[in-house]
Amino acid sequence: MVHDTLAAFPMSRAARCPFDPPPGLHDLRDQARLTRVRLWDGSTPWLVTRHAEQRALLADPRVSSDATRPGYPFPGPARPGADKIGFILMDDPEHARLRRMVTAPFAIRRVEALRPAVQKIVDDLIDDLLAGPKPVDLVEAFALPVPSLVICRLLGVPYADHDLFQSHSRNLISRSVPVEERNASFRALHDYLSRLLEQKVTRPGDDLLSQLVARVEAGELTLADAAGIGVLLLIAGHETTANMIALGTLVLLEQPDQLALLRDGEDPKLVAGAVEELLRFLNITHTGLRRVALADIEIAGVIVRAGEGLIFANDIANRDPDAFPEPAALDLTRDARRHVAFGFGVHQCLGQPLARMELQVVYSTLYRRIPTLRRATGLDDIPFKNDGQVYGVYELPVSW
Amino acid sequence: MKVRLDQDRCVSSGQCVLNAPAVFDQRDEDGVAVLLVADPDEDQADDVRQAAALCPALAILVEE
Repeated sequence: MVHDTLAAFPMSRAARCPFDPPPGLHDLRDQARLTRVRLWDGSTPWLVTRHAEQRALLADPRVSSDATRPGYPFPGPARPGADKIGFILMDDPEHARLRRMVTAPFAIRRVEALRPAVQKIVDDLIDDLLAGPKPVDLVEAFALPVPSLVICRLLGVPYADHDLFQSHSRNLISRSVPVEERNASFRALHDYLSRLLEQKVTRPGDDLLSQLVARVEAGELTLADAAGIGVLLLIAGHETTANMIALGTLVLLEQPDQLALLRDGEDPKLVAGAVEELLRFLNITHTGLRRVALADIEIAGVIVRAGEGLIFANDIANRDPDAFPEPAALDLTRDARRHVAFGFGVHQCLGQPLARMELQVVYSTLYRRIPTLRRATGLDDIPFKNDGQVYGVYELPVSW
Repeated sequence: MKVRLDQDRCVSSGQCVLNAPAVFDQRDEDGVAVLLVADPDEDQADDVRQAAALCPALAILVEE
């Protein structure tokens, strides 16, 4: 195979279509269900483009998340040790053992019990917005604080430290920040979580970090592993949801008929469905889920060899016409529940029940309380996060 | 309809409880799914099929 003719991945979005996956991804998707792409380091893993193959392979035990295996397709030169970033870069049974230590607070009943507290956080922040100056940056004043306050409460992290963990998280998931700086941010977050865990040895609270401390004291977990899990949950708990809030609001402001459904509707089912559709449509994790094959796997007419890398572009799978009729249309009334925005398989997003609930509260409250909400700048002037592992907007100036 | 649940495979996504709350619950200690009704009524069948289709760990087996 002549590898220099392969498409480079990741790809760029079209400037005038900031809510759609890159045109090049659409082309690859239409050419083949699995196709090779070229990465930053010259490696040529498989790109899986279709919804059906993504679900099949992501749930296949012959497909590994273990980043220490040769052939694993790294997104860039930064390679934090697999033992230091929680359990996302490892396989069962160790992955399952560690993950189950932190699943309890994300059970549906526990998340629903948090809903009134999240509603109050959202209402209070909107009170502040309405009392403050305008225009205002919705990211800074609302989208980032909502999930940050929620995950801080759940983990037992002081929200007063939000500048610290938000700025390091931003560095860590950026592709334009130099490797050394990203590694330094990772170490800073890891040290920060280690110190918090140590404080909770003598002063435990009713929070997830304190439960991890109990696991450390029981000899089930090292302090370094506990801190790694803390880093993972803290980053994943605020960056992703914040981007869904801001980018979701921006796309709804562009499509007022869709926004009106949320503003004027009362049905919680409609709100829940709208959240699934916005997750499908925006799919903010836009550099693909990464895996490596453990065995030869025959699928869709090709053979993925053991040791070959696999990248799952879930953004393009969520625009697969076989799974979602008229996939390019944002339709809050469609059944979008089979989307793969949270991934699929045993690594599917741990925090998804919490993210869903937070987004339901936000989308059903913000536009109702500020019905005249509007962009305070041109769409062309909005800075999109094209350089991050998570898509969104850096700023969203709004007025009303 | 007969439903089987493999708790060893469960990853606590909560999809089953969200989509078929009359048939599934979750354990308090780790959110692992619990099967409440192994032979659900016909009016639950669509919810159960949806839960099985959405389970990311393929832990729910439905026999029609």
